[in-house]
Amino acid sequence: MTEKISSANDAFKSPAKRTAGSVGAPRGLGSRTEKQGQRMLGAEAVVASLEAEGVDTVFGYPGGQAIKIYDALYDSHQLNHVLARHEQGAVHMADGYARSTGKPGVAIVTSGPGATNTVTGIATAYMDSVPMVVITGQVPRAVIGTDSFQESDIVGITMPVVKHSFLLQSTDELTTTFREAFHIATTGRPGPVLIDIPSDLAGSEMVFEYPDEVNIPSYKPTYRGNAKQIRAACRLIEEAERPVLYVGGGCVISDASEEVVRLANLMRIPVVTTLMGKGAFPKSDPLNLGPVGMHGAKYSNLAMTEADLIIAAGARFSDRVTGKLDRFAPNAKVIHIDIDPAEIGKIREAQVPIVGDLKGVLQGLISQLEKDDAHPNTQTWLAEIDQWRDRFPIYHPGLKDAEDEIVPERVMMELSRQLDPASSIVVTEVGQHQMWAHQFIDREKPRTFLSSGGLGTMGFGFPAAVGAAIANPGAQVVCIAGDGSFQMNSQEMATAAINGVPVKVLIMDNRCLGMVHQWQKLFYDERYSQTLLEPNPDFVKLADAYGWEGKRIMHPDEVEGAIAEMLASEKPYLLDVAISREQNVYPMVAPGSALDDIMGAIDVAVGAVRTDMPASAVPQTSPCATIDAQFGGRWEAQPGDTGERMSAEEFQAEKEGAR
Amino acid sequence: MKHVLSVLVENKPGVLSRVTGLVSRRGFNIESLSVGPVEDPTMSRVTAVVDADDVAYEQITKQLHKLISVHKITDLTDDGAIERELVLFKVNASPERRNEIIEISNIFRGKIVDVGRNSLTIEATGDASKLQGLEDLFRAYGIKEIVRTGKIAMSRNAKD
Repeated sequence: MTEKISSANDAFKSPAKRTAGSVGAPRGLGSRTEKQGQRMLGAEAVVASLEAEGVDTVFGYPGGQAIKIYDALYDSHQLNHVLARHEQGAVHMADGYARSTGKPGVAIVTSGPGATNTVTGIATAYMDSVPMVVITGQVPRAVIGTDSFQESDIVGITMPVVKHSFLLQSTDELTTTFREAFHIATTGRPGPVLIDIPSDLAGSEMVFEYPDEVNIPSYKPTYRGNAKQIRAACRLIEEAERPVLYVGGGCVISDASEEVVRLANLMRIPVVTTLMGKGAFPKSDPLNLGPVGMHGAKYSNLAMTEADLIIAAGARFSDRVTGKLDRFAPNAKVIHIDIDPAEIGKIREAQVPIVGDLKGVLQGLISQLEKDDAHPNTQTWLAEIDQWRDRFPIYHPGLKDAEDEIVPERVMMELSRQLDPASSIVVTEVGQHQMWAHQFIDREKPRTFLSSGGLGTMGFGFPAAVGAAIANPGAQVVCIAGDGSFQMNSQEMATAAINGVPVKVLIMDNRCLGMVHQWQKLFYDERYSQTLLEPNPDFVKLADAYGWEGKRIMHPDEVEGAIAEMLASEKPYLLDVAISREQNVYPMVAPGSALDDIMGAIDVAVGAVRTDMPASAVPQTSPCATIDAQFGGRWEAQPGDTGERMSAEEFQAEKEGAR
Repeated sequence: MKHVLSVLVENKPGVLSRVTGLVSRRGFNIESLSVGPVEDPTMSRVTAVVDADDVAYEQITKQLHKLISVHKITDLTDDGAIERELVLFKVNASPERRNEIIEISNIFRGKIVDVGRNSLTIEATGDASKLQGLEDLFRAYGIKEIVRTGKIAMSRNAKD
């Protein structure tokens, strides 16, 4: 890893300030590169275009129709190419690079299977609005449409999951296509853009003329919020007695954290964050109510339900947040701020819609509120929320967990305690561990928590962590994975080892597909169809095979030391943490239920126990049903506990007798 | 309700597929579709009829606007726009009944474009209700085949 990459790191530390004029302009030299005006092959122009855009790192995998581009890449001093072990891994790496820096991620792959392997990665980036440019090799123009070897219509295949795509038709269009691709990927609501390059064009001679400007008459995203709407929003905020600031991924993309903090504190508005918005509002701020939605804290969900005003800032009312829609925040008016007009009114009607770049809109709101000399009106509301917070904590140390079992929540809290919440980057896979991480990993800064929110792509997290680590050398990058997710792209362990990327992987290993298993336990009568992964491979041996360090722990006493050892390691490190497969993520709003219909939240009013457990969460056959219900079904989890069980009545009788 | 959408797009390969793909992906059926170049050869116009309620229709148009290839969308549903379709009818016509059919066709300003031993082919243009009326009358004679274009539409007075 050389200087090229440390420049990426500098960008991470001080994200480039965007001005209206600079939005979407090349980050690199553009037309001022030394290659401007030179004769070269199309493939060389591809590399020169990437250089002109200021790209420092590309992820990819070569192949027959990309070979000319790879040949040109061989001579580039600016581009550091990271060879993945699978095209999907390469695209997720580019995604992790983009999410952690805000710069567009770039991936290069070949035609046919190389191109089709990128589809999941592109769809993941599309759903989470990640700026990305994917370059695919294509068979020569003359044989397109003849089912030639390694031909696939990748522009057609990816049409529903790209922001835009290009099939290059001539070398005359090459440089404008790249400029437009980077412009489209990074402006407005960002997203992946695909450029399909027939290999005969890569081999044709052309003159490299890179444009600095783009002219796409049909694409003019709205950045400035409407001033009248901003005033209308201020009136609602000033009148509101029970407002909630609902912060989504748009706050991260728009670099609006500072403004969110100022607005929340100016008007004393409690803040809930979505999975994508995590980190945009610091955990240390007492106004932060944390995650909201299906696995959000009960107090956050109650706050949403009881609110009289929801300020949706770069959030899109996803079904994982709203629960049953007709019972979602029934008394709330909505101010919806989004750069994408299609999001406004899509799910929930907005009384005040504001289309624009969040950062600027929030600045407008703040200065208007200051001008109006507005005062917060939320003391009673905050006091009520604080009561909920005290009564329904998201975790309680008094929860009776099996003493010899590792409890996932405690692993997350310990990891969070040992990480710097502002500089470390936590990446997750998808499943139970993702929700535990969302609940218990504290974050102070945006772009430090990366997770596949919209598409929910298992196999995203680990390669994305490698990409983030390459983009941010020196940063502590930890991937929290499940044993199922990790096995979807574990081949990228080679990429991390060979490139000397000291990424850390913590596997919450329950030897099953935990989230589906949880649903089967709760809603499918414990019919665990195809969710048991046992026997898993020996992950420590796997780590060893790839030249990683690794360790497996099975006892709670080992957690603190093992995490410390992992974080201290200078090599890539895999920590395999054995947890019970009976552990469920709580609290939980069952799919299709209302947001305040919460199961498994802790209610300290009745003791440190989980309440409102679903009937089927507990085996009906168990004579210990009531006790199991109290302990979240965890007694059932003790593998050694196969002995006779007492009925609830017997238990009650014995308890009374003991008195 | 039915909405007539007039979408101005860039005239490039694959654009029609982007537009129709998006509409069907969001769960709507396109009832009628016609595409052709406009006065500016770099542009094409897609006229599509979709059945959607107002909320869904708004979502479709917003999503269509997001396509980079889409320049402008006009809703020609409510403003009394000029709507036309073209239909070719091949109607059973024994020599003794030809005149009746030709008369009907003339009333509707149809054109006889082909005469067979036992059939007549009539070309007719108009809005949907006129063409439906013609079709109903021809049914009495027996229709061998109908081919119709998608609907095209234009606003009555230039707004800009």
